[in-house]
Amino acid sequence: MAYVPLADQDHEMEMHHPHSFVEKYVWSQDHKVIAIQYGGLAVFTGIVGLVLSLLFRMQLGFPDTATFIDPNFYYQAVTMHGMIMVVYLLTALFLGGFGNYMIPLMCGARDMVFPFLNMLSVWVFLLSVIILMASFFVSGGPTGGGWTLYPPQTNLAGTPGHDMGIVLMLISLAVFIVAATMGGLNYVVTVLQYRCRGLTMMRLPLTVWGIFVATLLALFAFPALLVSAVMMLFDILLGTSFFMPAIIESGTPLDHNGGSPILFQHLFWFFGHPEVYIVALPAFGLVSDVLSVHARKNIFGYRMMVWAIIAIGGLSFIVWAHHMYVSGMHPYFGFFFATTTLIIAVPTALKVYNWILTLWEGDIRMNAPMYFAIGFIFTFIHGGITGLFLGNVVIDLPLSDSYFVVAHFHMVMGVSPVLVVFAAIYHWYPKISGRMFHEGVAKLHFWCTFLGTYFIYLPMHYLGFLGVPRRYYALGTTDFIPASAQDLNTTITVAALFVGVSQILFFANLLWSLRYGPKADPNPWGAASLEWQTPDTPPSHGNWGDSLPTVYRWAYDYSVPGAAQDFIPQNTPENEEPTMDDQNVDMDKEA
Amino acid sequence: MSIFKNVTDKPWERKGVIGGLEAEGAFESPNEKVALSIFLVVASVVFSLFTVGYILRMELPDWRPLSEPAQLWFNTALLVVSSILFQWARNITKDDGEKNVRVAFFGAGVFAILFIAGQVITWNSLQSAGYFIASNPANAFYYLMTGLHAIHLLGGLWVWSKSSITLLSGGQPKDIKLSIELCTLYWHFLLIVWLVLFALLSNT
Ligand code: HEM
Ligand SMILES: [Cu+2]
Repeated sequence: MAYVPLADQDHEMEMHHPHSFVEKYVWSQDHKVIAIQYGGLAVFTGIVGLVLSLLFRMQLGFPDTATFIDPNFYYQAVTMHGMIMVVYLLTALFLGGFGNYMIPLMCGARDMVFPFLNMLSVWVFLLSVIILMASFFVSGGPTGGGWTLYPPQTNLAGTPGHDMGIVLMLISLAVFIVAATMGGLNYVVTVLQYRCRGLTMMRLPLTVWGIFVATLLALFAFPALLVSAVMMLFDILLGTSFFMPAIIESGTPLDHNGGSPILFQHLFWFFGHPEVYIVALPAFGLVSDVLSVHARKNIFGYRMMVWAIIAIGGLSFIVWAHHMYVSGMHPYFGFFFATTTLIIAVPTALKVYNWILTLWEGDIRMNAPMYFAIGFIFTFIHGGITGLFLGNVVIDLPLSDSYFVVAHFHMVMGVSPVLVVFAAIYHWYPKISGRMFHEGVAKLHFWCTFLGTYFIYLPMHYLGFLGVPRRYYALGTTDFIPASAQDLNTTITVAALFVGVSQILFFANLLWSLRYGPKADPNPWGAASLEWQTPDTPPSHGNWGDSLPTVYRWAYDYSVPGAAQDFIPQNTPENEEPTMDDQNVDMDKEA
Repeated sequence: MSIFKNVTDKPWERKGVIGGLEAEGAFESPNEKVALSIFLVVASVVFSLFTVGYILRMELPDWRPLSEPAQLWFNTALLVVSSILFQWARNITKDDGEKNVRVAFFGAGVFAILFIAGQVITWNSLQSAGYFIASNPANAFYYLMTGLHAIHLLGGLWVWSKSSITLLSGGQPKDIKLSIELCTLYWHFLLIVWLVLFALLSNT
C-alpha cells in the first residue's frame, strides 16, 4: 500500500509571516536572513582584518616607508588582525552564517527551534562587533598585546591599548560568547530535534555534522575564554591579582601580587585549541559535500568521516598545552601533550585520505567550487604536516614564536578554511541568490588566491627556519638573520597585497551576478541533499511550502548503478527511483 | 533515542523511511528542556573552570584563606527552601492539581530573592570587615564566584517573573507548566552549584 503523507505532520510551529521590509530584513526571525546578516557582518569585520594585515605587511616588506605605521600601530594591527580573523570572521561565518543557513534546510526543517533567540544572537553579535570597533577610537587605541592577550604584558604601560583597548576587547569577547551561546544552543537543539521524517543522524550531510560538533565545541570551549576574560577584567578594573604577578612598571611597583600568568595561558589555550577546530570542523564538513557533489561520487567512508569529526572534537580538548611548550612545563607534561597532539593527527589524516579517495575514479566536474575544494586539500595537507613538526616538543622549542608557526597556522587555519568558504559560497550561491555567478571570473579568483597565498606562506616556513621571530616590528641587525631575509619579506608583502586586491574579483562577481547573472536552475550541480530540493529558489519563508519533506536515503546517492540520473535526491522514495529500465520502457512506448 | 539507535547504520545500504509516521527528535523532552539541559552543561563548565583556577591559584604563597561568615548557612537554607518550593509546584502541576501552585511558585521566587539579598548582606559585611576584593586572591575568588552564582539566579528569576506576571494577570497554572518544569530543573542545578561552591569556599 502506498504511504499517504500526512499533510499537516509539520512540527507544531507557528509560522510568523513577516510583512513589512523591516520585519523581513532587519528584525527577521527567518534563519536564512539571519544567516546573511551574520555572514555579512562577519565578512565586513574580516575585511577590516584583511586591511590591517596589509598595513602591517607594509611595514615588514618596506620598513619605514609608511610613516603612520609606528611600532604601536604595528602591534595593534597584528593583534586585531589575529583576533578578528579567528573569532569575528571565521567562527561567526561558519557557525552563524553557514550554520544558520544550512542546518534547517539540510535537516528538512522550517526554521531553527528558537527563532527569536536566533535573532537575538545576531544582534548581540553586532553589539560585540561595535564594541570591538569602538576600541579603535578610544584613547590609547585598541590593544596591541597579541591576539593571545597574555598578561601581564598586555596590561602594562609599554603595550599600546593597555588602558581602554584591552578592556573593550575583553568585553567584546564576553558579549560575543553570549551571542555564540544563544546561537549554539539553537543549532544543536535544531539538529537533535527538528530533523524531518526519516532523516536519522547518520543520514545527515557531513556539513551538518561538522557544524554540529563544532557548535558543541564552541559551547564547551568558549566558557574558558569567558572565564579568563572575566578574571582579567577584574585584574585590570578592580585591582585583583588572578593573573598579574608582582611587577615593576617603568620603575614603580604595581599593586598586583602573586598572580599566575601561566594560569591565563592554560585557560586561554583550553579555549584556543578547540577554537581552531571550531573553525576547521565546519570547513571539513562543507568541503566534503562540495567534493562529493562535483566528483559525482558518494563521500568515501561516510561513517568513518562522522566518527573522525567526533573524535577530533573530543581530542581537541586535551591537546591545548602544545601551545605552551616554551612556558617551562614539566617534561612529562610536555610528553603527554605531544602524544595527544600526534594522536589527533590520525583522524585528521583519515579525513584527508577519504577526500582524496572520494575523488578517485570520480566523474569529476571541474566547476569553480571544485577548484577551491581541491585547493583546500593541498593547503590543508601542507598545514597539517607542519603541525606534526610543531607537535613534537624538541622540534617546537626552536621553532616556537618564529615565522614557522605563523606559516603553519595560516596554511591550516587561514588559507584552508577561507578556500572552503569560497568553495561553499560559490557552491550554494545559486540556491541562496537564485542566480549563477560568472564561472571564468571565479576560476581566476581561485588561481589568484591559491597561488598568491602560497607565495605568502611558503617563504614564511623558510624564514621560520632562519629563526625570524614573529610579532617583531623591525628585525634590526641580528647576526643569524641574513640580509636576504628582507628580500623574502618584500616578496611576501607584494604577494599579500596582490591577494588582498584580487578579492575584489570575488565581491564584484557576486554583486554583479546578483543583478545580471543568469537565473539559476533550482539544482544546478545535481546535488542529492535536501537544501537543493526546496520548492522555491531561493527558498521562501518556511522553506518547504505546504508540507515538510520525507527522507528515504542518505545524502550521497551519486552515480548509483542502474539509476537514470547520476544523483537521487534524499526525498525520492526507494521504490520510485527512476531506473534505466523505466526509461527504456518509456522509449519503447514512444517508439 | 534515535541518535544512539542508528549509529551503527550503514546509511548507504538502508533505504526507505526510518522511524514512524512522524518526524522524531533525539529526545522526547520539550525542546526548551533539551536546550536548558545543554545550557546547564555549559554553565557547569564555567563554574568548573573557576574552580580549577581557584585550586591552582590557592597553591601560590600569597593566598590568605577567607573565613566565611556564618550567615552563609542561613542563605543556604533560603536557597534550599526555594528549590523545595519549586519542586512542590512542579509536582502539583504534574498531577494537574491547581491548588497551592500559586503559593509554591511565588514562594519559591521570593525565597530566591531573599537568598540574593542575603548574599548582598554578606558581601557588605565582608567589605566592612576589611575583606576587600583586591586585598587577597581568596577574597577575589569569593566575590567572583558568589557573584556569578547570583547572576545565574537572577537570570532564572527573570523567567520566574515573566511567568508570575502571567499568573497574576489571570493565567492558569497549566499555562506555565513548562516554565515551572524548567525553573525547577534550573533551581536544583543552582542549588547543587551553590553547595559545591560553599563547601569549596569554606573548607579552604
Ligand atoms: C594536524 C594537526 C595539528 C597539529 C599536530 C598542530 C600542532 C600545533 C602546534 C604544536 C602549535 C604550537 C606551535 C608553537 O606555538 O610553537 C600549533 C599552533 C597553531 N595551530 Fe596547529 N596543529 C594542527 C592542526 C591545526 C588546525 C587544524 C588548525 C586550525 C584550523 C591549527 C591552528 C593553529 C594555530 C592558530 C596556532 C597558533 C596559535 C598562536 O600561537 O598564535 N592547527 N599547532
Ligand atoms: Cu593547538
